[in-house]
Amino acid sequence: MNDMRLTERAVTEKAKMSARGVQVHYGTNHALKDVDVDILDKTVTAFIGPSGCGKSTFLRCLNRMNDTVASARVTGKIEMDGQDIYDPRVDPVQLRAKVGMVFQKPNPFPKSIYDNVAYGPKIHGLTRSKAELDEVVESSLRKAALWNEVKDRLAAPGTGLSGGQQQRLCIARAVATSPEVLLMDEPCSALDPIATAQVEELIDELRAQFSVVIVTHSMQQAARVSQRTAFFHLGSLVEYGETGTIFTSPRDPRTESYITGRIG
Amino acid sequence: MTVGLLSLLLLVLAALGFVVGRQKAIASVKGDTRNLHSLPAYYGMGVALFTAVPAFALMLVWLLVQPVLIEAQVTGMILPEDIADGSSRDLVMSDVRRIASGMDVLAERGLPEAEFAKLVTDTTALKTRLADAGVALAADINPHVAEAAAVYRAEVATGRAWLAVAALALAVAGFLLAAMRVTPEFRARNVVEQFIRVLLVAASSVAVLTTVGIILSLVFESWHFFRLYPAKDFFLSLTWAPKFGGGSSLGIWPLLWGTLYVSAIALLVAVPVGLMAAIYLSEYAGPRLRSVAKPALEILAGIPSIVYGLFALMTVGPFLRDWLARPMGIGDSSSSVMTAGVVMGIMLIPYVSSLSDDIINAVPQALRDGSYGLGATQSETVKQVVFPAALPGIVGAILMAASRAIGETMIVVLGAGAAAKLSLNPFEAMTTVTVKIVSQLTGDTEFASPETLVAFALGLTLFVFTLGLNVLALYIVRKYREQYE
Repeated sequence: MNDMRLTERAVTEKAKMSARGVQVHYGTNHALKDVDVDILDKTVTAFIGPSGCGKSTFLRCLNRMNDTVASARVTGKIEMDGQDIYDPRVDPVQLRAKVGMVFQKPNPFPKSIYDNVAYGPKIHGLTRSKAELDEVVESSLRKAALWNEVKDRLAAPGTGLSGGQQQRLCIARAVATSPEVLLMDEPCSALDPIATAQVEELIDELRAQFSVVIVTHSMQQAARVSQRTAFFHLGSLVEYGETGTIFTSPRDPRTESYITGRIG
Repeated sequence: MTVGLLSLLLLVLAALGFVVGRQKAIASVKGDTRNLHSLPAYYGMGVALFTAVPAFALMLVWLLVQPVLIEAQVTGMILPEDIADGSSRDLVMSDVRRIASGMDVLAERGLPEAEFAKLVTDTTALKTRLADAGVALAADINPHVAEAAAVYRAEVATGRAWLAVAALALAVAGFLLAAMRVTPEFRARNVVEQFIRVLLVAASSVAVLTTVGIILSLVFESWHFFRLYPAKDFFLSLTWAPKFGGGSSLGIWPLLWGTLYVSAIALLVAVPVGLMAAIYLSEYAGPRLRSVAKPALEILAGIPSIVYGLFALMTVGPFLRDWLARPMGIGDSSSSVMTAGVVMGIMLIPYVSSLSDDIINAVPQALRDGSYGLGATQSETVKQVVFPAALPGIVGAILMAASRAIGETMIVVLGAGAAAKLSLNPFEAMTTVTVKIVSQLTGDTEFASPETLVAFALGLTLFVFTLGLNVLALYIVRKYREQYE
């Protein structure tokens, strides 16, 4: 844990999203129990915990991706800018445009690199002209630190890129819809250390524009990139707080056991 | 010895081989089977396989080769003057075989062998005797033919006897050889494995060789046809008017046009409906509905095409005529390209939907999640991500449906009529290549005139056509497979 950047922890205290008493059931399985978390604006929040602890489940509640799982049932309250996102008046499709998501495995569409990035802006009608769309594609690829590698082959299929490039393409694709929150579900688990370093650097840069929530199995990664950390265990939120505090002086013995490698 | 009895004997010998091999293996290690290289059953299996398989293989080859050899020998006994006008050597030889089989029946009824020598010289008595045995012959029996039949029968009997001796000898030799090799160090497991591999290779080559045989017979007969009828006229002429007795015009175009027209209408019906059904089933339907609807749709594929043909004839044809063709004044016949095309399209719906459904399901869920995660709706996701990803596979499915449509016969016979015509009006009766193949070969015809041989040329054309479509489909499907991972 020597590479914790304790100097960069200064964040705003304004909550972008807040969850209160969130419960998730998959059929008869009670996957998430009574979770309260505030996701702060322009902050990287890391969710850590052993496999099956509910951290991905909670992540998928934040953009209502659990709606696509037939057996899932979500109760409790999740607000974004004071608006309940599970309110019947909220269109989950609109919500997901504001809360982007990057998945564990890179999943570029079998389309060209350009069309992958242009997908979101096109379906939401965010641009008025081809020139404007070109601009959005370029700036998204630049933000994802991919522009220099692909600018000469935008028409090539996105599936032809390397694993790390594909994941950055997926990030560019999510960034292109100008989300307010970006959810990342173990975005580096399929990547090698070099690609991981690039993505982590990227996450830190993206923080300037929006909140990032990242699920990770690597505690070093959580320590490196996040300002807030939440530790989940067996479906409950055990501890949530400032990353440096969680890693240096956790209050809960389970957190301490996990970060020192005794459980998990 | 009959083939059945011989087979039974070989099987008994093989079973014995299994027991002996197993016992010997166990005895060789004094009952402690842990010291054997393989499980005892493998030793038994090895002996049984070496006993039975070579003997059965010999039997198979022998039964295929023997008739050819005997035929070649006996046919020499028939002199040119024995062949009546209008007959042929083949017809006389078939008489020989019938008389020989009649003699077998008589022998089974207890006629002593000595009597046959007399009967061969007395052909009228032979004829009445054979009629009793259920073999009725039209003309009087030529003495040469009777003699040939007797020789034929004798040769078959000797052949059978030698077959039994050879097969049994081979089986016993295999038995002894394999039994002798049973020692604790003998790798029976590996040997059996090898043996089974050879058997599997043989089984798969049967399928390949059959295909080659079918193609060769088509090519051979088509070549006969093209010697009698100019290929230029067949491929370029626009009229189809076969006349038994010569002077026919056998252009393939009216038939090919009918085939393509009917298939095109069938695909116009089957592709949109089938695809939409597939998209609904794979993307929208819940698991409960899907588990009911998919098999229900696939039942359609199990209905024999003749039943669809009846549906075309009795229901769709009159309906289209009375409600569309007549009011619009463009047709007066209930059999029409439209009738056959629509009904064939209904038949093809389950093919298109079932294949496409599998292909759409193979699109990784991760792609759908990626699209939903960007705020796309379900139909946007289907239209812009799932469908393009599945497209090459779907094209393959459509091409497979197309080659089925091109080869379909019964629906066209009952739905589209039998008139070979080049017309654009879909409410007119037309016909297809397959229907004409059937009609050229039905009835009392000999395989020597261009009017019958044309069926093979038509068949070959159709074969090349559908083969091309299937190759294209396979190529596209294979390319699609490389797209993910």
